[in-house]
Amino acid sequence: MTGYTYTLFIIMIPLIMFLVTGLLGMKWKPIVSGLLGTTGMGISWVLSLVTAGSYFFGGHHAEGFQTIIPFEMKWLQFTDTLIIKMGILLDPISVMMLVVITTISFMVHLYSIGYMHGETGFARFFAFLSLFTFSMLGLVIAPNIFQMYIFWELVGVSSFLLIGFYYQKPSAVAASKKAFIVTRFADLGFLIGILILSFVTGTFDFAKLTQPGTAIFGSAASMSFLGISAMTWAMTLIFIGGAGKSAMFPLHIWLPDAMEGPTPVSALIHAATMVVAGVFLVARMFPVIHFQAPATQEIIGYVGGFTSLFAAVIAITQYDIKRVLAFSTLSQLGYMMLALGVSGYGGEEGLGYMASMFHLFTHAMFKALLFLGAGSIIHAVHSNYMYDMGGLRKYLPITHMTFLIACLTIAGVPFLSGFYSKDEILVAALEHNKLLFAIEFLVAGLTAFYMFRLYFSVFWGKDRHYHHTPHESPLVMTIPLMFLAVASIFAGYLPFTELVTSDKVGFESHMNFAVAIPSVLIGLFGIGMAWILYKKESDVPAKLAAKFGMLYTATYNKFYFDEIYLFVTKKIIFNYISRPVAWFDRHIIDAFMVGIGLTTEKISYQIKGMQSGQLQHYAFMFVAGTLALALSMIYLLM
Amino acid sequence: MIQGIPLEHFLIVSTIMFFIGVCGFIIRRNLITMLMAIELILNSVNINFVVFNRYLYPDQLQGQFFSLFIVGIAAAEASVAIALIINIYRKLQNIEVENVNEMKY
Repeated sequence: MTGYTYTLFIIMIPLIMFLVTGLLGMKWKPIVSGLLGTTGMGISWVLSLVTAGSYFFGGHHAEGFQTIIPFEMKWLQFTDTLIIKMGILLDPISVMMLVVITTISFMVHLYSIGYMHGETGFARFFAFLSLFTFSMLGLVIAPNIFQMYIFWELVGVSSFLLIGFYYQKPSAVAASKKAFIVTRFADLGFLIGILILSFVTGTFDFAKLTQPGTAIFGSAASMSFLGISAMTWAMTLIFIGGAGKSAMFPLHIWLPDAMEGPTPVSALIHAATMVVAGVFLVARMFPVIHFQAPATQEIIGYVGGFTSLFAAVIAITQYDIKRVLAFSTLSQLGYMMLALGVSGYGGEEGLGYMASMFHLFTHAMFKALLFLGAGSIIHAVHSNYMYDMGGLRKYLPITHMTFLIACLTIAGVPFLSGFYSKDEILVAALEHNKLLFAIEFLVAGLTAFYMFRLYFSVFWGKDRHYHHTPHESPLVMTIPLMFLAVASIFAGYLPFTELVTSDKVGFESHMNFAVAIPSVLIGLFGIGMAWILYKKESDVPAKLAAKFGMLYTATYNKFYFDEIYLFVTKKIIFNYISRPVAWFDRHIIDAFMVGIGLTTEKISYQIKGMQSGQLQHYAFMFVAGTLALALSMIYLLM
Repeated sequence: MIQGIPLEHFLIVSTIMFFIGVCGFIIRRNLITMLMAIELILNSVNINFVVFNRYLYPDQLQGQFFSLFIVGIAAAEASVAIALIINIYRKLQNIEVENVNEMKY
């Protein structure tokens, strides 16, 4: 099983591109870095497609897909049992993620050549993009949870660097700090979870952890803390790490602010790849969570469901086009988490797992498309706000068409990819939990409504007064849009039920019309509402907003979660914990140390006169001292 | 030659010499006089070596050889000291020890 050694190149090429463009990029013309990064990414993309082709379709898979480890080496050996390895693990979800990441990353690289044209730090931008792609690829192919954690942090760092790309803008700096601190805080949970898990099982390897019916959890049953079993703790803490990265409620606050970064970054990191790392983590640990910690799986389901509803409601009231998309991303991530939360294991029981991965795949395509489309609009209008836009369909025909396709896809219109994956999630939810099904059903309608609110108010409605006539983006930006539009349409026809399943064995799935038809209807209802309210500019939305009053204001301000966090951190933690601790540090600990120094200094001033430079003083002291010693020896000790 | 003279007499002489040397070193200001005081201290020690050798181990010669070495080292030390004193004289135009106080705090 060594036929896949070339997969090493998929992750090494972005690393090399990062080093080359990062170290030498300043010396070249900026465009060289862009072309180099894009070419490297293109090679990785092709290699990933080859890998996926030969993995999924090259051979007989009646008994399910094998887990292949084409490359593994010892990285750190602490003791005989504590060994940290680096390697590559190929199984259906990691191969699928390879394809997703390299596809989106390549498209974003290509797009960025146009979008970032003429910006200062062009080479730096491409270096960071390569670093991010490298880290993300390392994360998904990690064969053990420790390597995953290392790359998890690298991904966090590159996200921080890219959000803060416009580092002269204070809001971008604040946003990057916020993203870093919130996710880092969640990663603490992840780390503790890893420690508990490896303490219980004695291994980091996914291959051993996720084997069904494995005996390594034998000792776990007897361990518990505060009445909750050790495995539930471990899995819940690991899920907190995943929730931080995937911006699940209540750790969602960083994602809307992360939109301060350049738009291609939002498309790559904060829509398609990095934010699904949490979903991927839960999927990776799925057998462990499902069998060892069913309580955690419940939590995952409810957190996902609540996040999707919460974010969809907020998305309706936002005016910043990127923030609408950010909340939409939150909502869709909630869908994926929920699907994992309601999934069973094996065969048709594992429908939720399959649906989650399926939705991850299709969502990556259409959300990247939405963001790149938004980038194209912002590029043309030089504003992020919907009330500065209107009637753009005449000026941006390609962007308009691709954006419409993406909106239809996310709204779940039949025969586009979003319809299939969302339908599978709804079916899985209906089978396991009626409440979550009801929430998701409602969210499906809300999604259609807010996406078309965005679409109509940007592309239809009145012409605004633009500084100069908006013009379509160059070809280098529209080609990725067109490619992703095609992918969004056709991704739904991939036979996911046979490829990516919880136990790696394919199964047959059938369209459940009892779910599909109502979900399509509520989607169309949402689109219809948006049509009525926003197709022609009118004062109905404003009247409705006024009618809801308080509720509208609360939603517009994202239910004041940022303010709550600030209140807790600034007013409570800073005042009542940090200040006293700082006072103790300055006035007790520092004072003690400074006191020692000051005392020594004062005594030195007093006695320095003894060093007079007079040889005979020294001689006298010496003789007197010797005499005193001798006398004391004789008379005191004898 | 020394038959009939008890050990104590030698030791008293050497002790007196030693303290004369110490006093001279501490009290006298002239560097050359101080050097002479050091020679006195060394010679008082020499006397002790020789006398103890003669009274305690009359068959052996270590003490006497040791005093010879001390004489040799004293000569070397005197030449170095005088060279230093000449340099001090060139710098300060006198050889009073109070004036050599550059190395204080």
